[in-house]
Amino acid sequence: MNKRESVNDFVVRFANVNGSGSASANNLFARAIFRLGVPVSPKNIFPSNIQGLPTWYEVRINEHGFLGRRSGVDLAVAVNGQTLYQDYQEVLPGGYFLYDSTRELSEKFNRDDITVIGVPLTTLCNDEFKNPKLRQLLRNIIYVGALSFLLDLDFSILTESIEKQFRKKPKLGEPNIKALELGFAYAKEHHAGVCRLSVRKSKKLGDEILMDGNSALGLAAVYAGATVTGWYPITPSTSVVEAFERYSRQFRTEQDTGRNKVAILQAEDELAAIGIVIGASWNGARAFTATSGPGISLMSEFLGLAYFAEIPAVLVNVQRAGPSTGMPTRTQQADLLACAYASHGDTKNVLLFPCDPKECFDLGADAFDLAERLQTPVIVMLDLDLGMNDHICAPLVWDDSRKYDRGKVLSAAELDSRQEKWGRYLDIDGDGICYRTYPGTHPTKGAYVTRGTSHNEYAGYTEESPIYQAGMERLLVKWQTARSLMPPPRIKIRDTGFAVGVVFFGTTTHAAYEAISRMAEQGLEINSLRLRAFPFQDEVVEFINRHQMIFIIEQNRDGQLRTMLMTEIGVSPRRLQSILNFDGLPITADFITKKIQALLADEHQENLQVSQGGQA
Amino acid sequence: MSFDRPNFRHPKLAKNSAGYSRTDYEGAISTLCAGCGHDSTTNAIIQACFELSIVPHRVAKMSGIGCSSKTPAYFLGKSHGFNAVHGRMPSVATGANMANRELLYIGISGDGDTASIGMGQFAHALRRNLNLNYICMNNGCYGLTKGQDSATADKGSVGKRGAPNMYASIDLCELAIELGASYVARGFSGDKQQLVPLIKGAIAHNGLAFIDVISPCVTFNNTSTSTKSYEYVREHIEATNTFDFVPLQQEILAQYSEGASQEVVMHDGSIIHLHKANSSEDVTDRLQAVNKLELEKKRGRLLTGLLYVNPDIQETHDIINSTLRPLNTLTEADLCPGNSALQRINESLR
Repeated sequence: MNKRESVNDFVVRFANVNGSGSASANNLFARAIFRLGVPVSPKNIFPSNIQGLPTWYEVRINEHGFLGRRSGVDLAVAVNGQTLYQDYQEVLPGGYFLYDSTRELSEKFNRDDITVIGVPLTTLCNDEFKNPKLRQLLRNIIYVGALSFLLDLDFSILTESIEKQFRKKPKLGEPNIKALELGFAYAKEHHAGVCRLSVRKSKKLGDEILMDGNSALGLAAVYAGATVTGWYPITPSTSVVEAFERYSRQFRTEQDTGRNKVAILQAEDELAAIGIVIGASWNGARAFTATSGPGISLMSEFLGLAYFAEIPAVLVNVQRAGPSTGMPTRTQQADLLACAYASHGDTKNVLLFPCDPKECFDLGADAFDLAERLQTPVIVMLDLDLGMNDHICAPLVWDDSRKYDRGKVLSAAELDSRQEKWGRYLDIDGDGICYRTYPGTHPTKGAYVTRGTSHNEYAGYTEESPIYQAGMERLLVKWQTARSLMPPPRIKIRDTGFAVGVVFFGTTTHAAYEAISRMAEQGLEINSLRLRAFPFQDEVVEFINRHQMIFIIEQNRDGQLRTMLMTEIGVSPRRLQSILNFDGLPITADFITKKIQALLADEHQENLQVSQGGQA
Repeated sequence: MSFDRPNFRHPKLAKNSAGYSRTDYEGAISTLCAGCGHDSTTNAIIQACFELSIVPHRVAKMSGIGCSSKTPAYFLGKSHGFNAVHGRMPSVATGANMANRELLYIGISGDGDTASIGMGQFAHALRRNLNLNYICMNNGCYGLTKGQDSATADKGSVGKRGAPNMYASIDLCELAIELGASYVARGFSGDKQQLVPLIKGAIAHNGLAFIDVISPCVTFNNTSTSTKSYEYVREHIEATNTFDFVPLQQEILAQYSEGASQEVVMHDGSIIHLHKANSSEDVTDRLQAVNKLELEKKRGRLLTGLLYVNPDIQETHDIINSTLRPLNTLTEADLCPGNSALQRINESLR
């Protein structure tokens, strides 16, 4: 048997039972690798369940810094009886299978192409620890200790992590360290020299951080000055508001009174959640909510009101696999159309597409400026993978000289000094954006009725066709202004012959760059455009038009971005080929590479046939 | 289309203590049907605000969709208004109130808004005890879509469409009391004497004040067979109390006979003085309030007046312990933790 051998390039997959306290042990492992300076990307693959169902935690370790998901398991840590055989089967040939040998494996576990590593986790744990509640948690820590030996992973990094975690309660740290030692000692005694995978300290990482996207977004809302949120719990977005709440407790308490400089309301449903946001934004507070697909469907009517009455609103959509309830704990990018055109009638909403936690923070904060500048909803599009998994990214930075852009809002003094008659929907600057007033500003000026019915430039109700139509056309002028304010796409030109280009966004980014790098090794240079916003800028049009072939890589079934590119910037459907991953798991470089190569081969075949005159 | 009134003000018009005349509280001319109960309710709001010397531009008028929800255009023309989506006034009002706790919020809704499409929002605004004056103009029908029965139409009541309503009606006042409302009243748009003090009490109340105003629809539901017609309501009305609202720092002039009155001191120190038919009644007792509503219903009577009040309850801002400063006035200095705090967060993520 050829054992899999690698330093800093392999995948460890933990198979656990949901709710058994495995998360802290698995995090400890992933963070230890991160602290050794080795690029690592952990991914939760978990069920829509609180306790009892199988859950997996995949840790990809990759010295080159490729952080997308990689399929195939080099080392399985299998501690879930329900899936033991499945986990056994999924180990790559030459790989390793670590299991709890307190119970022996049955005869059907008969592969001769993998290495089986038994560690009697339950026995070791129960012999050492008496507290039944602690036992369950520590059993998991024991396998981390065993991994430390097997992978030659610096043991002190683990103990330091435990000490850091339990700094305030060192008594609780002790049994954890003991559990690590138990696992390490057992593996050393029984499995020395067995595993040829190892983790070695690296200089690959510098000042990076390891963070989940939802926390970064919640933190962005604190930094951007959000003071009101109405929200309704829904996986996988819940932790956005939980993070906002956590950071608000830290940063938003009034020193002298102990009161909160924030209003966080758990609403009765998503309709109320977005209603609260719109009411607060209308009244001059920065407000946001977070939701996922089903919530977007419910919020659609209100989003149309905010679009048409021109009220800022920031909405975070952490996408999950649809349609309907779909797969609530699996990832997808399938709400593009639902968000871009949310609501009946002609509506368009601004979308932002961050690709890592750092960008969640940056674009999350920008969303508040954009929403107020443009007086319209701005939807920050995450997905479960980005929102709920830890990702390595550059450290967060805030420019202390930054001022919030509150947009065109008139104060009482400005209302007084105005020469011409003020109109809420009167475009005097020609950018499609009009001046608004907050309620209570001025005793006699600036009051109006905000409404979702058609209105004239002075906010009066009207059903006169030319006035209605002019208003709708002005919203398009504003849409053009929006284009100029969007974060530009990230374009990388590697082939000046412009043969093949790829377009992608969000969490596809890491796998896409890895695929591009792999194909470059095989001699095919591919240009790329990472989209960061809708409406699309001219650069997007130019990039697509310059290439002979364009692949649009998305994580949905219907090629939603492709549809938008066709309708919004008039690209011919023939020029855009889709690469679509929609199984609910994060897209991989393998998948992208194979698809692109297959499509290129087809194309080559067709060209050949054409040059030969075709076949009858 | 709404029309503006002329701006002309007679110099000798009476002014209130804030220096405003009654006309300063008016809005655009109503486009509702002539004789619509909602216009009388609008007038009562104007009167109440004038008498309480409310500063007009410090009011925000919130509404949903329907005939009732159009009325914010017809009062307080110097205040901002928000005509939102159907049934969703409470959530928009909640957000607005969270943003600025210093304004006075008047929420106008109808029976379609409140008892059907927006019942969830109604219930939860009550539960949170949002500081909002929630006035439901209740005519038992959908006026804007030409007279379909609403969920508050009484079973067997027959409007202009001619078919009796087949379903049980929802009593919004009973529901409000059961859901934890802290100020519940029922008025009749045809009885301004009673309605104006009910609104004044609501404005003084710290929390959600709900007033169900029976407000006949002259066009679709004013038939001799309807239980929400002017005639029927006048014949079947039963007042639980007559009512004086005494604003803070104003002397109580009226004298009441011993044992038949109750004083309720509101959050801001103003006093509601109730003159009751029965001295054993206690308007702060929830159980009694619901019993009385049911009892009068059994007798075929429509109970009006102040039905229940709990003046000591906490409103949403108190519950969530939010700052006394309006959130919409906080700036970067109040809100943004700055880069050095962010660097410490980075460090904790390594």
